[in-house]
Amino acid sequence: MNKDAMKGREPLAHISKRDEITIWKAWGIRLAAILLSLVVCAGVIFALTRLNPIEVYKAIFGGAVGTSRRAWVTIRDALTLLCIAIGLAPAFRMRFWNTGAEGQVLVGGVVTAAVMIYFGDALPTPVLLLIMLVVSILAGMIWGLIPAVFKAYWNTNETLFTLMLNYVAMQIVTFCIVFWENPAGSNTVGVINSATKGGWMPALGGLTYGWNLLIVLALAYGVYVYLRLSKQGYEVAVVGESESTAKYVGINVKKVIMRTMAISGGICGLAGFLIVSACSHTISTSTAGGRGFTAIIVAWLAKFNTFAMILVSFFLVFMQKGAMQIASQFNLNENASDVITGIILFFILGSEFFIRYKVELRGRRKEA
Amino acid sequence: MGVFVIFIQKAIGQGIGMLYGALGEIVTEKSGNLNLGVPGIMYMGGIAGLMGAFLYEKSVAQPNGTVGLLISFACAFLCAMLGGLIYSVLTITLRANQNVTGLALTTFGVGFGNFFGGSLSQLAGGVGQISVAATGAAYKKTIPGLSNLGVIGDIFFSYGFLTYLCIVIALVLAFFLAKTRKGLNLRAVGENPGTADAAGINVTRYKYLATCIGSGISGLGGLYFVMEYAGGTWTNNGFGDRGWLAIALVIFALWKPLNAIWGSILFGGLYILYLYIPGLNRSTQEIFKMLPYVVTIVVLVVTSFRKSRENQPPDSLGLPYFREDR
Amino acid sequence: MEQGNYAIELKNITKRFGKVVANDKVCLAVKKGEILSILGENGSGKTTLMNMLSGIYFPDEGQILVDGNEVTIASPKDSFELGIGMIHQHFKLVDVLTAAENIILGLPGKEILDMPAVTAKIRELIDRYGFELNPNQKIYEMSVSQKQTVEIVKVLYRGASMLILDEPTAVLTPQETEKLFAILRNMRAAGHSIIIITHKLNEVLELSDRVAVLRKGQYIGTVETKDATAESLTEMMVGKKISLDIHRPEPVKPEKRLEISGLSCENIEGIPTLKGVTFTANSGEILGIAGIAGSGQKELLEAVAGLQIITSGTISYYPPEGGQEILSEKTAADIRSLGIRLSFVPEDRLGMGLVGSMDMVDNMMLRGYNEGKGFFADRKTPRKLAEEIVEKLEVATPDVSTPVRSLSGGNVQKVLVGREISSNPTVLMVAYPVRGLDINSSYTIYELLNEQKKKGVAVLCVGEDLDVLLELCDKILVLCGGAITGIVDARTTTKEEIGLLMTRNGKEQGNE
Repeated sequence: MNKDAMKGREPLAHISKRDEITIWKAWGIRLAAILLSLVVCAGVIFALTRLNPIEVYKAIFGGAVGTSRRAWVTIRDALTLLCIAIGLAPAFRMRFWNTGAEGQVLVGGVVTAAVMIYFGDALPTPVLLLIMLVVSILAGMIWGLIPAVFKAYWNTNETLFTLMLNYVAMQIVTFCIVFWENPAGSNTVGVINSATKGGWMPALGGLTYGWNLLIVLALAYGVYVYLRLSKQGYEVAVVGESESTAKYVGINVKKVIMRTMAISGGICGLAGFLIVSACSHTISTSTAGGRGFTAIIVAWLAKFNTFAMILVSFFLVFMQKGAMQIASQFNLNENASDVITGIILFFILGSEFFIRYKVELRGRRKEA
Repeated sequence: MGVFVIFIQKAIGQGIGMLYGALGEIVTEKSGNLNLGVPGIMYMGGIAGLMGAFLYEKSVAQPNGTVGLLISFACAFLCAMLGGLIYSVLTITLRANQNVTGLALTTFGVGFGNFFGGSLSQLAGGVGQISVAATGAAYKKTIPGLSNLGVIGDIFFSYGFLTYLCIVIALVLAFFLAKTRKGLNLRAVGENPGTADAAGINVTRYKYLATCIGSGISGLGGLYFVMEYAGGTWTNNGFGDRGWLAIALVIFALWKPLNAIWGSILFGGLYILYLYIPGLNRSTQEIFKMLPYVVTIVVLVVTSFRKSRENQPPDSLGLPYFREDR
Repeated sequence: MEQGNYAIELKNITKRFGKVVANDKVCLAVKKGEILSILGENGSGKTTLMNMLSGIYFPDEGQILVDGNEVTIASPKDSFELGIGMIHQHFKLVDVLTAAENIILGLPGKEILDMPAVTAKIRELIDRYGFELNPNQKIYEMSVSQKQTVEIVKVLYRGASMLILDEPTAVLTPQETEKLFAILRNMRAAGHSIIIITHKLNEVLELSDRVAVLRKGQYIGTVETKDATAESLTEMMVGKKISLDIHRPEPVKPEKRLEISGLSCENIEGIPTLKGVTFTANSGEILGIAGIAGSGQKELLEAVAGLQIITSGTISYYPPEGGQEILSEKTAADIRSLGIRLSFVPEDRLGMGLVGSMDMVDNMMLRGYNEGKGFFADRKTPRKLAEEIVEKLEVATPDVSTPVRSLSGGNVQKVLVGREISSNPTVLMVAYPVRGLDINSSYTIYELLNEQKKKGVAVLCVGEDLDVLLELCDKILVLCGGAITGIVDARTTTKEEIGLLMTRNGKEQGNE
């Protein structure tokens, strides 16, 4: 065979796993990816609207945090996303692909709404809120436990099982809406207890969303400690890394799978409570609004670190809110925000490769 | 009798879109890629087909349905392939996690579809509602003569060409996987990429091609909904959850294209069953709408009980492959 | 050197993985019609080097010559086209396909498959070389040696004139090994060039014409087999003179520690893995367990450890302080909570014994993380233990916070064995304790086992190298197809006797 003819077929690049990477370098790569994605988004926006991208980004900024009210809505929604992502962290640490957060949030939300509707004016607020909190967590737990039981005993594929349960949950919501619709015939529930505000989360120290902030940040800390320092968290990690090792040392794998998914589902159910009681005060099939899926990406990108999730979820919600603002400002469809979120996610996902691997272009080989 | 025929027709009408999605996903999964971006890809295919037809019909005075059909078909296939390409670059070349990439692609694709669906007319200069009458009519054209054969005609010959194309794709795909060299190679890539690699199969190329072509086929499902089912109009989130049902159908069919054909009709039937059961009120209808998902869950559980070696997903499904991993 | 004399020549081949240099300027040549052994310890770069011939890896530097012409092998396809066929240690077969489908995988040809024609051609090869194979059988229904046959037929079907076999005898019985060697000699006679990667000295001396030796990625040299001895080859391989004798102390006060009677197990598919196994393990003795791969060794140890579902029979444990505990029907957790100090070094070190991605501290925690009250896990005691093991067993690691996956095979085994003996066990079970280890680490492990034996521990040791079992153990239990075919005295038995027992199908029980 001719050597020159074959020369061109040598692999172009040499890819090897990095041994370790300094934290600042890893975040540098991520930042570069985000900047690059913003440039691409600017290009897309310009192609569609012919608007000056700088102006557009100013508008995004204004849309997300331009006024105190907008800033708080951004914070509120980021906290909701964060709460779901925190819920997913234990499941992902166990390598259990919980794609059912959407459904777990919905069932949490629907039981919260039920309590508000049926007992909203009958019980004192603290008792009512406590009941709502507990039932929402229980509902999420049950929704998380169903696939976990099948995974534990028969190794049923959890990715697809949890995915399907999302839609079962959605049908439960539409089923309930039939009974709760207000006004009749609207096919929506409307704002629950709009006059009495029964079951509405009160303000905390003057902050409308103070309780959201407190609960979610406490959860972030709690789950971090649980996963890093507790015996149960250690079991979760061992089961996630190797089931046969877990069995070998006498960990009850079935129990751990079910316990962890109960926790995961419970926190997602609690997110449903936060949405219904503290944010929207209503229930609909879009109560979760795809955040159950976005949270999967947040949890993944943050590598199970609940504090890194804070950064990621705030960034994503910031961009979404900003994109919605430009959409309305320039008469575009509000779905532009999903397109922009998608583009940013593609870049961040791609950048992880350059953090894990070193790519060297292959120079000329030395002749012997 | 009449109700039953209509039910079958409607079930097929619902099923074909899912069947396209499922067939594309079967091709993709046979290469070991679990593409959860299929719902997004179907939106991308649908809106691209609609945009192609719309821009064509707007630019000529007397639009020709057949030309519009060809343009929209090509646009849908190519745009869906583009979605598959994004997924491929991220998961195959850049080794990103398949589940997460797929979900991001769904977010992007659904947003892409709804964004252009909602702003298309405005971006094109504000002509109001999108409508592609000539192209839509071309898609709905049935086979002349055969559709008048009474019940037989109604059940088998009352559909546009996309329905028949879909059945043909399923048959060709079944043949391809079972009887051809490339089909054998593709199955090997999905089962055990290391082995396929050592046997001289270009794993990366197979994965890219399977994922992109599979996405293209899935995208036709979106085109089907927009053109044949909705007659050439766009409704936001109009496909609903059919993309996820397409993924469910892959499992239901145990990764076999022929099973997917009757499975799609069953899914389509379950999807609309509530309309045909007498005496349901609004709330019980909602319970009936759960059926396709519940059936999928039951299939998942039952297949996990019976650990038959022949009915399992491709062995490397969801796992990345790279050779120099050390 | 004259042109055309060599089938394959490698010149100054270098391959790096990250910072690790797997091959450093290696030169090697194989003549036409000869069998060349590549000898080297585990981790010396033999497989990496051969993977560059089969197109799995691409060299960073150096040249490859085939029939005197420089070639570039960028993919396995290039390798086939040059007539090179490699039989990997871990078979490259697709389980759900048939033998015939596996054989034609990736080959060019008519797009529509003609399976009858393929099968006919395979049968022709089977007849010519005397293989035993059904081309229409699915791989997952096959035994290990059948799978190896598929691999060899696959290479021949592709018309390879140069064969590379990576540790081909590791999974074969002595008798099957003889059959394989006969086939390889036939191929040599037919003019094929054969490279065989191995670390078994007796096979090298028996089969090959020349031996090339690698050590830590470096090429040491090539010698004619007729001029070599086991000692001279070991010295080349290890770099210093080394005694090949394994020390065997006399048993210390043997008393009954473990009594297993009529033990039967099934796997998930309901296929029996152990059939009426009965034996006794004594304290202060090493009981070797021999058998071809998959004869029930793994299941036997796991059953004792409480990790298998037992269909019948009992496992009784007799503590040194007297009394009796029935271990059968107890789980691993139950056994621990009874305070029975039973240690187990499983075959799959990073998949079962340790968690590869965790550091040494977290791996020490695997045993005993659940001891003590409280919600939080204690990491101080395990850290101390990890540091002790690093010091006592000379584990080469940057620190105890490095993931164990990045340690070398020998150090991984030291970490695992160190943890298991740290709890002062009364029963120690080890499976393939030196697999993948270099000679020095192997001897460290033998010494550790002897040390435990002298302390009065009942040691059960599953091994694959009969020479080692014969030198190390007091008694050897032979398994075949899940049943015991004999328990022999290691001091008086021969390799041939054990080899026969390994294939005897368990008709008669040879209990003492």
